[in-house]
Amino acid sequence: MKEMRMAAACMVFAALLSGQPAAAAESDTAQGIAQYREMLSDGNPAELIEMTGEDLWKEKRGPKNASLEQCDLGQGPGTVKGAYAHMPRYFKDADKVMDLETRLVYCMVNLQGFTAEEVTKKPFSGAGQYSTDMESLVAYVVAQSRGMTIAVPQGHAKEREAYARGHEIFYYRGGPYDFSCASCHSRDNQRIRLQDLPNLTKAEPARAAFSTWPAYRVSQGAVRSMQWRLNDCFRQQRMPELKYGSQASIDLTVYLGVNANGGAMSAPALKR
Amino acid sequence: MLRMNALAPALAGLVLAVAAAPAAAQQAAKDVKVDYDALVAELKGSFSEKGIAKLDRIDQSEMQKACSKADAGGELPTDVASRITKEAMASIKQPADGNYLGDWKAGEKVAQNGRGLQFSDTAKTVNGGNCYACHQMTKAEISFGNIGPSLYQYGKLRGDTKEIVEYTWNKIYNSHAYMPCSNMPRFGSAGILTEQQLKDVMALLLDPKSPVNDDSVKP
Repeated sequence: MKEMRMAAACMVFAALLSGQPAAAAESDTAQGIAQYREMLSDGNPAELIEMTGEDLWKEKRGPKNASLEQCDLGQGPGTVKGAYAHMPRYFKDADKVMDLETRLVYCMVNLQGFTAEEVTKKPFSGAGQYSTDMESLVAYVVAQSRGMTIAVPQGHAKEREAYARGHEIFYYRGGPYDFSCASCHSRDNQRIRLQDLPNLTKAEPARAAFSTWPAYRVSQGAVRSMQWRLNDCFRQQRMPELKYGSQASIDLTVYLGVNANGGAMSAPALKR
Repeated sequence: MLRMNALAPALAGLVLAVAAAPAAAQQAAKDVKVDYDALVAELKGSFSEKGIAKLDRIDQSEMQKACSKADAGGELPTDVASRITKEAMASIKQPADGNYLGDWKAGEKVAQNGRGLQFSDTAKTVNGGNCYACHQMTKAEISFGNIGPSLYQYGKLRGDTKEIVEYTWNKIYNSHAYMPCSNMPRFGSAGILTEQQLKDVMALLLDPKSPVNDDSVKP
């Protein structure tokens, strides 16, 4: 049944993409995507991956043979519900602002006894592969914040410093194309080809974007995390490769998250 | 229920406070001083070289640094702006044989191609101009972006006088020559496109027989 609906959605797409006047095609394409999302809304493939993540969260693993159930995501050890809506945040034990993915690494190292190298060796799945452990865990944790209000904190000095640096990085032009994040994401109603680009400096579009990442990317058949999203943006900016869990990645996520404060989480969402 | 009603005004206030957060946080960010050298060091520690994309891509030119600041809402001092345009103009090489127009069919391929200079590309990758990512060009191609102005009927509307031809060449070669802190990559000065590719894109824009200027021609 799900396959049939997907096939129908693909046909809608194909029909929409065959030569039509530009304006009509644009709005029809947007409508087609909305329709496609609606058809899949009761069956987002991310749900399977969320379940895998839940199993992983509860499974005793690693040299210490421990589960992640005592991992503190900011709401106290073991509390997953609503945690992602308040991340990234400052963690006293690490004396550092951490996003979800760096915090999961922290817990896997400290609770389960893995090394950071082994858990970050391959954080993103390749084409046609099932989700990595990290992607599954991310999907599970993020899903427990569905419907929650985004409230990325700015109470601690280090959180404010992260935001300020994230702001500078957002506008930092570099590389052979002179691009920054702002080149594509600081004005309203802009597109690359037919792809809409959210203005991430404004609350409304920042909320729409932040609340729907991580996401299941239909075109890649995989759950993609926020770290992946930033990594791939920098690839298109022609920058070197963003390191997984790097300081710049955390600062940018704080910047985006705070700009999106007040929105309602609905991730992992479904994207093209 | 009673408790909820009592809480409602407080919650409404909280929602308002949260809704105003981006503006407040943006103001707070201006109050936190970010040291430039420390930021560059952080970026160098946050990226790793991959293939053709080396860490020196993080080092900013004077233009990149000044434009980052201006984009973020800072000032672009007039002397810096005029230095950017002057240096951009000085970086432009006119075609060696004096011939500006190549083959529009090859130009259309350059305009469609978005590859090149990413860490997933190689030194052998033929770079594209990716014009359609940001510009409308031919009527036939409906998948175009809007970050840059529409170039549909570019030559038909402007003609092909020496001034227009040279302006167009310069603009593609280094857009900062006319507009400091332009969003458009410096396709000539930054070595993104070859001289022949630039000529081919010129033909796509200016040749009366190009589908940009003649709807009856199939791209």
